[in-house]
Amino acid sequence: MRPSWRMRTACGRRAGDTLFDSRLALGNFPSTFEIKRVGSNSVEAFEKLKLLSRATLAFIFKEGVIVAADSRASMGGYISSQSVKKIIEINPYMLGTMAGGAADCQFWHRNLGIKCRLHELANKRRISVTGASKLLSNILYSYRGMGLSVGTMIAGWDEKGPGLYYVDSEGGRLKGTRFSVGSGSPYAYGVLDNGYRFDMTVEEAAELARRAIYHATFRDGASGGVASVYYVGPDGWKKMSGDDVGELHYKYYPVVPTPIEQEMVDAPAA
Amino acid sequence: MECVFGLVGDGFALVAADSSAVNSILVHKSNEDKIMILDSHKLLGASGEAGDRVQFTEYIQKNVHLYEFRNGIPLSTAAAANFTRGELAQALRKSPYSVNILLAGYDKDIGPSLYYIDYIATLHKVDKGAFGYGSFFSLSMMDRHYHSGMSLKEAVDLVDKCIVEIRTRLVVSPPNFVIKIVDKDGAREYAWRETIKDAEVPTA
Repeated sequence: MRPSWRMRTACGRRAGDTLFDSRLALGNFPSTFEIKRVGSNSVEAFEKLKLLSRATLAFIFKEGVIVAADSRASMGGYISSQSVKKIIEINPYMLGTMAGGAADCQFWHRNLGIKCRLHELANKRRISVTGASKLLSNILYSYRGMGLSVGTMIAGWDEKGPGLYYVDSEGGRLKGTRFSVGSGSPYAYGVLDNGYRFDMTVEEAAELARRAIYHATFRDGASGGVASVYYVGPDGWKKMSGDDVGELHYKYYPVVPTPIEQEMVDAPAA
Repeated sequence: MECVFGLVGDGFALVAADSSAVNSILVHKSNEDKIMILDSHKLLGASGEAGDRVQFTEYIQKNVHLYEFRNGIPLSTAAAANFTRGELAQALRKSPYSVNILLAGYDKDIGPSLYYIDYIATLHKVDKGAFGYGSFFSLSMMDRHYHSGMSLKEAVDLVDKCIVEIRTRLVVSPPNFVIKIVDKDGAREYAWRETIKDAEVPTA
């Protein structure tokens, strides 16, 4: 029976494997590797925790790209923050979403921003979304197996119009029109797929994104906080809204006074 | 769950692949093209881990183009297949690529050929080959119905039979497939077999 790809990754990439042994022997890598090997159990446990807290989505429509995310960060069962910025502004016309490890995402998005600016200066024109996502994807691919945890979407508007790419720390890069990433993503996908039309107005699209994030936060314990929605158009990105999902719940499903069917009254005095 | 399979017919070679991009239980995309057009007369159908697949096949494509630029003539299919296998073998004991490849090509003097290249750098010249869970169903279908020198219609029928079998019997079968062909007129997309059509995004 052929081994599945998941098994192969598990065999070939975890700390403490013979692959890592031979790399250490070459002496090419910094000593932080040894810390990873010593605490390999805790690294695995931590990796499981890290990935469990996101609901982010992005989609292309007629007017541009909508990018939306929640704002909860959790560590296992503990909510560490309800106000994390998961949509990172790479430059005035490109956004990146954050899912996976917060530090990894923030650092590499900032690094990508620097590289995009250098490209502008060197070539006297803005970098395309294709180019920016390929830069990030190649960097992440070179760190494969070393424990980076990044699941991001790069959304922007360039000369060819709106662009959306999904890039992750496995080295994968996908061009698409609709993506959702994170633990809450299956719930968001359902609402998003059902309500999506290419020709929506900006307000309709923002409302669809808000609704999808709200539904993801409703069902997924690791997502919550504030649903932020951004719009990327030909003039760059603009933040559309940031609503607390608790308040969105009562807006979408207001409490209706239930009609009283039977009211208990005192028995008439004998 | 990724399925890639191919066969050689009379003056052409066909490669078919599924087109889902999957991450654990989520299908991110159902129209991902996994058959790369290597050059004017070569196709590279690849299946494997996400990053490896794209990075390795693009690396091979760029090197094949480089050879053509430097030397003025394109690589033969056999040479391209051996180069690909060599790169996989070199990387195998360092940081292996988890990609399975079916390389199909047409040479003027030899005609169509198909090469089976494994993730551990096995290389075989074959008439028909398959990778992935779909291979359990498509290999026996091809063994039963294949004969050398099949016409295009017969070959496409056989590919369709395999796709139907995969859809019927594989537990999480991919909804869409892409079929590409290479013959004396070059390498090009032949058809899509779709059951799930994504919402149409009109291109500018």
